[in-house]
Amino acid sequence: MTVEFGDESLLASLRAGDPAAYETLVRTCAPQLLSVCRRILRDEEDARDAVQETFVNAWRGLPGFGEGSRLSTWLHRIAVNASLMKLRARRRRPEEPIEDLLPTFVEDGHQTRPSEPWMEPADLAMDRKQLQEVVRKAIDRLPETYRLVLLLRDIEGLATAETAEVLGVTENAVKLRLHRARQALRTLLDPVLRGGAP
Amino acid sequence: MICREFIALLDIYRTREAPEDQLLLCERHLAVCASCRAYLDSYEKTIALGRAACLDLEGPVPEDVPEDLVQALLTLRPRDS
Repeated sequence: MTVEFGDESLLASLRAGDPAAYETLVRTCAPQLLSVCRRILRDEEDARDAVQETFVNAWRGLPGFGEGSRLSTWLHRIAVNASLMKLRARRRRPEEPIEDLLPTFVEDGHQTRPSEPWMEPADLAMDRKQLQEVVRKAIDRLPETYRLVLLLRDIEGLATAETAEVLGVTENAVKLRLHRARQALRTLLDPVLRGGAP
Repeated sequence: MICREFIALLDIYRTREAPEDQLLLCERHLAVCASCRAYLDSYEKTIALGRAACLDLEGPVPEDVPEDLVQALLTLRPRDS
């Protein structure tokens, strides 16, 4: 069943406590929300818990949900926050350094190893699904602090200010981490994609 | 400008957030440095590949929600609201 989340009648039915509207919301939104929570948490049980917390929090917050907002966007933000809360509750592991994945330079400021053009993904000797798996594994190899910023900014689409707020850091820290995370991911993907014509 | 400086500014160069004089220096560096042109292109591709890998932009929603989770979610709705 296709649902338009901006549909006011769905919102009105939800606010009226209509169980059918709630089931529609669950069946339509849960797949996307579970994807978001899995990406952030990388643990199936934690992701399922975070989805449940998302719906509990959404249900509680429904009376305050602003007219004109998109229900799907609102739920997405709640799912991101629920996942981050779970991450914070986990025992902190020592942060891995990212320096080994950043570009290096010789004394005169040139790159130690000149960058080579990348091939177009369509020209690789692997299909789209295989490449996506390679990229997902590379993202998972990023140190947690950097992986999170990359996910929130580049994948989940949060603004710099929003990312800074949910992570409890400054906007400048978000920008710096994002730049480093992208550089590190580029380094990890370089052996796969290097070799294209200039 | 040298490669180290360009790569440090790369992100605010591509989003045009850098001051005008720095943007100009970046443009001049790119015009003469094939390595940094390749780096910039691969940086842009990295962002696009990350997005496509996680969001599967060309395909359907990849996840199926286990029915037991759906049933658990359905029990969360307060009955007396």
